[in-house]
This record gives sequence, structure tokens and C-alpha cells, in this order.
Amino acid sequence: MSGGTFVGMPAFPAAAREAVGDATLRANLRHATHTIRDKRARAVAELSDWDRLREAGKRIKDHTLRHLDHYLVRLEESVERAGGTVHWAADAEEANRIVADLVRATGETEVVKVKSMATQEIGLNEALEAEGIRAYETDLAELIVQLGHDRPSHILVPAIHRNRGEIRDIFRKEMGHWGRPAPDGLTDTPAELAEAARLHLREKFLRAKVGISGANFMVAETGTLVVVESEGNGRMCLTLPETLISVVGIEKVVPAWRDLEVFLQTLPRSSTAERMNPYTSMWTGTTDQDGPSAFHLVLLDNGRTDTLADEVGRQALRCIRCSACLNVCPVYERAGGHAYGSVYPGPIGAILSPQLRGTGSDIDASLPYASSLCGACYEVCPVAIDIPEVLVHLRERVVQGGEATRGGNRVTLRPAKGHAAERAAMRAAGLAFARPGALRAGQRLASRTRRLHPRTLPGPGRAWSATRELPEVPAEPFRDWWRRTRGGNSGGTTEGSDR
Amino acid sequence: MSARDRVLGRVRRALADVRADDVPADDLAYEQAVDRGYAREHGERTVTETVDLLAENLADYRAIVHRCTEDEVSDLLMRLYAERGAETVLVPPELPPHWLAAADPVRVHDRAASTPHDLDRVDSVITGCALAIAETGTIVLDGSPDQGRRRITLVPDHHVCVVRVPGQVVASVPQALERLDPLRPLTWISGPSATSDIELDRVEGVHGPRTLEVVLMSGE
Ligand code: SF4
Repeated sequence: MSGGTFVGMPAFPAAAREAVGDATLRANLRHATHTIRDKRARAVAELSDWDRLREAGKRIKDHTLRHLDHYLVRLEESVERAGGTVHWAADAEEANRIVADLVRATGETEVVKVKSMATQEIGLNEALEAEGIRAYETDLAELIVQLGHDRPSHILVPAIHRNRGEIRDIFRKEMGHWGRPAPDGLTDTPAELAEAARLHLREKFLRAKVGISGANFMVAETGTLVVVESEGNGRMCLTLPETLISVVGIEKVVPAWRDLEVFLQTLPRSSTAERMNPYTSMWTGTTDQDGPSAFHLVLLDNGRTDTLADEVGRQALRCIRCSACLNVCPVYERAGGHAYGSVYPGPIGAILSPQLRGTGSDIDASLPYASSLCGACYEVCPVAIDIPEVLVHLRERVVQGGEATRGGNRVTLRPAKGHAAERAAMRAAGLAFARPGALRAGQRLASRTRRLHPRTLPGPGRAWSATRELPEVPAEPFRDWWRRTRGGNSGGTTEGSDR
Repeated sequence: MSARDRVLGRVRRALADVRADDVPADDLAYEQAVDRGYAREHGERTVTETVDLLAENLADYRAIVHRCTEDEVSDLLMRLYAERGAETVLVPPELPPHWLAAADPVRVHDRAASTPHDLDRVDSVITGCALAIAETGTIVLDGSPDQGRRRITLVPDHHVCVVRVPGQVVASVPQALERLDPLRPLTWISGPSATSDIELDRVEGVHGPRTLEVVLMSGE
């Protein structure tokens, strides 16, 4: 089982319908996404060169992806020169095995973890549990999720669906099973809840011998890894243990030290709307007497090379996981993160999950429809991923089938059953149209600013963009797509559909 | 076949379309692929204005900012520790001795044998820094002897950081990266530890120090 696929997860429309009916969830989400959205706009407006930073970020990532083998090999050399050990994992199972073996070799049965999408994606905690190793999540939100036997619903604020009363109840009920219990008389003020978490986790940090992390960036030139965070739990896990194991997707590499100047400006402002997040840690291999004496880097594929093989879809690998696209998405705002059935929710999840996992399951086949194609996600994306373009591309693949790469091999996908695709599309449409005003506003905004979007790559990048001319945004509004493929006089049935 | 060969083989096959028309990866190709025409600094400021902006942005993220001359620093630090009632203070190996000449707390040194629990019992830590970034309100530590190991600024609840102004102040993130050595372990700190995980209310101090005091010390 791939840890990222939640067992028994219904297709997006079914899960979304349920979520839309949950008034508490919707209120929590609406408050949260609107707050971050407004703050983000102000933080971005402070930088007069935002568009140039965005374009530079896009090109750095594109260039890296075009030469990924070269930069991975260079990264490996740099990390090993600095005293680290590099491991490669083609899939989740291999990665989990490597990590479990490394932990076992230390003789420890407990590890502390920094929040990491890659380790969630591969289901590392569950895999370690099966080996008798307990992994403690140390990010406050991840702690809430872990104690609540829950799943994360937002990239940046994983417990965004929980309000303070729910969090207090979870702490009171569960903390004692995992370590230091919640203090008597714990109230639901955020300060008291944070204090309870501080005390609960501190005893774990101070005795931990093994830390596990992901990374936001890896610099090929120097072998430096970068972790960006707010609470200090990252610093605890990265510096106090004797052994540090970082599991990182191969797309997180950037060529040069200097490239960090772009992303350290765009990432915090896009994600938490801050000029800079409270803590950023950078380490290169191991340092005598400072921090872990053993450092292991596990480079994870798990569907990334399959995504890379898709000329349209590979741009999803530029993502720096800032979560800005979630916060502006009208569908996410109503459906919530769980409806996406993956650790990657929201617009980026709708294009990343079906590429990493393939479109074989109901949930993955329906994800390309989990959008109104309003284009707001593209507007905010700090690396200019054209999410609507990829959505349309994936819809075509679901409906028409065609060539794709799975597990490193070329395969020919059969078209989805007509009825399944139709149902998925219908329900997603109903959801998006629950508030047509918001949808139209989004489309208008996108078309107004569309001139400003980078459209072709200059220099050596031109060859690539020449073969994949970026479509207008929205590439194809949902209504048009529907009319073209299903509804109107232009054919009525979908090409390749087997009905 | 090793996992390494399998992954690299998949990457190369996935890029067959690129290989057909592309130049090989080298530093020149990379330079041409990325336009660095973004700003090295946002806005025009005098040196004094840059330091003021640092103070403003530090305070905006709830660090407590003090200013003094080199002559005044020991009195200022004495006062800060007295007000807090701090009895012990962690000191990096080569902190300028006169900074703490007037302060009362017992100096504690970070030894190889000291455990995180030992550090947890200390009231405060004092360090210098590698540099500070005005536009973002960030101090950067690089483990130099006046800053010590990463863990000493993490475990105690109170961190006092002395920044020499204007010499250690840069305007922007690009200027900071130019001056830093990637081979050292680096910690960038912008305000005290904070979380917004509970209904997006900002709460200071989950794991790192809950109070960050920055002393902008002039006199170079
Ligand atoms: S797709 Fe873009 S906006 Fe969305 S999380 Fe990734 S980088 Fe951020």
C-alpha cells in the first residue's frame, strides 16, 4: 500500500459533498483561508520585483528539472564530501525500508519528526510503527492531527479544520497516552494549548537520539539542505539528535547556493504571508561538535520521474509547497483538504496526486475535475505553475486514455468508463457552481491579468515552451469543456469514450 | 540494478524530449536560463535608514529591540538580566568578555558533555551574530565562536543577541547569502518562536525561546 493513498477513500465528488455539508468545517476553513489570503497579498505587494522573482523561481526550477540527473549526481557528491550519506529510493516501500534500517541500526525505538510532506506521502510513520519504532510528530498542527487520529487537511496548517475547542478536547483525552498529559484545567485559549504542547514535546526532544525531517531545498553546488519553519520544533529535531535522516523528493534540488535568494523571498510571503518565517535552518553534511554526528539523505522518486516524463504535467514538480493555491481556491474552501484523498490537497493536489499515483483509482480519476478552472491558483503560484493547463491535460487523459509513464515504464492508458467520468465531472461541477458568483469573479480576475503571465521561456528554454505554448488562462473554463465534450452540439460524446 | 541507477535511468528516459534539443547542463547554460534582474535591495536607503528598518521589522515580529553604544552594552545587559531575574546565562566560547562585565548571572558554558537537559535548566543565552537582514527583520547565526553551537540558542527560553551596527547589517536576503558561508551550519531567526496553528491566532513560543531581545550596538 502506498501510504499516501488513504484506504477506502471515496472519489472527490462524494468526499466533497460530505464536507460541504459540514458547517463547522466550512466556517473554520473560510476564516482561515481568507485570513491568509488577505495577508499574503499585502506581503507580496511589499516587493516591487515580485514578478521577476516569480519568473526567476520558475526558470530555476525548470532548468533543474530539465537536467535533473546532472544536479542529483552533483548533489550526491556535495553531500558526501561534507560527511553525509546519500541513499536512493525508487518508491515508498524502498524509502521506508531504508529509514527503518537506519533507525534500527542506532538501537533506538523512538524518533522525533519535523513535519514533512514526503514522509506523509510514503506513510513512514505507519511503516515505522510496523517495525516497532514510534515516530513523534513535533509540529503543533501535526501533533494535533496525530493525537486526534486524524489526517492533515492543509499543506501549511494541517489542522486547519479543527477549532480551539476541538483541540483542547483532543489534548485532554490523548496526550497522556503518548507522554506527558495535558495540564489539569486546560482551557481552549491558543496560548494555553501551545504551552501544553511545549511541555508535552519538550521531554521528547531532550531525550531523542534520532531525528527525521524533509527539506524545502537542497543545493547541488554545496550539498546544503534547508528547512523553513516557525515553531523551533524543526531546529530541535535537526540539531539535538545524534542521527538525522532527511527524506526528500528528488525535485527539491536547486543548482546553486545563490538560488536560495529567490525562494527565501517568495516562499515565506506566499505561504504564511510573513517577510520571513521565524526559523530557517541550513546544514551541509555534518559539522564537528555541532548537531548530529551522522546525516543520511534519502532521495525519493515515488512517481516523480513518471511525472517528469509528462511534458505538460512535469511543471507540477516546480511546486515549493507554499499552499497559496489552496487558500485562493473556491473548491478547496468548500470541500476541505480531506476530500482530495491525498497528503497533497487543493489545486496542487488535484494535479500532483493523479500524476504521482496514476489515474487508476476513482479518487485519482476524479481529481482533475476538482476545479472550476478559475485560474486563481495560477495567479498566486510563486513558481507560476499553470495548474488549469495541467488539469485540462489530465482530464483528457482520464477521458481519452493515451500514453503515460508508470513506475518508469511507458504504458497505454485505457479511457475511463464513460459513466464514471461523467459522474465525477457532474458532481465536481455542482460543487463549484454552488456559488457561481465566486467562480465568475475568479475567471474575470484571471482573464484581466493574463497578459502579465510568463508565456514562453526565453533563451535555451524556448525550445521547450515552443512545443507547449501556454494556453490562455483559464485554459478552458469548466463550462466550455463541459459543452464541448458532453453537453452541446459539438459532438455530444467524448472521443475515445467507450459507451 | 541499484536504486540509484534505477532512479537516474528513469530521470534520463523521462527527459528524452529535452535531450533531443537541449544544450548540456553547465554553468553558462544555467546563467542564461535564469534572469537575475530582480532587485538586490528594495528601495534606496542610507546606512542609518537601513538600521532603522531592521529595528522596525524586528519589533514588528515581536522581538524586543534595544540600542546602545559599545561602552553602554555591559550596563544595558546588566539591566536586562536584572529585570528578568535571570540567574544563569549560557555563554558561547568567545563572547567579548566586557559585554557581561557588569551582569550578575552565573556564566554557564556549553560543553561537549552537557546534555540538552542541562541547557534546559539555564535561564538565558547571549550571543553575537553573523549578520542581520533589515528588510526581513532577521538575524543569522553561523556557529562562530561568539555564537556557539546551534543548540544553545534553542533550548533556553530567553535569547539576547547583540548585532554590531551598521557593520553587520545588510539590506536584503540576496545581500545576506552573498556574505554567508554555506559550509557552516546556519540559523536564521526572525522574531521569537511562533505558531499560528490554532485558528491562525499567533502564539509566541512553542519550542524555541519565547523571548528574543536584540541589542543593536553601535561603535565601530
Ligand atoms: S502549486 Fe504553486 S501556489 Fe500551490 S503550493 Fe505549489 S508553489 Fe504554492
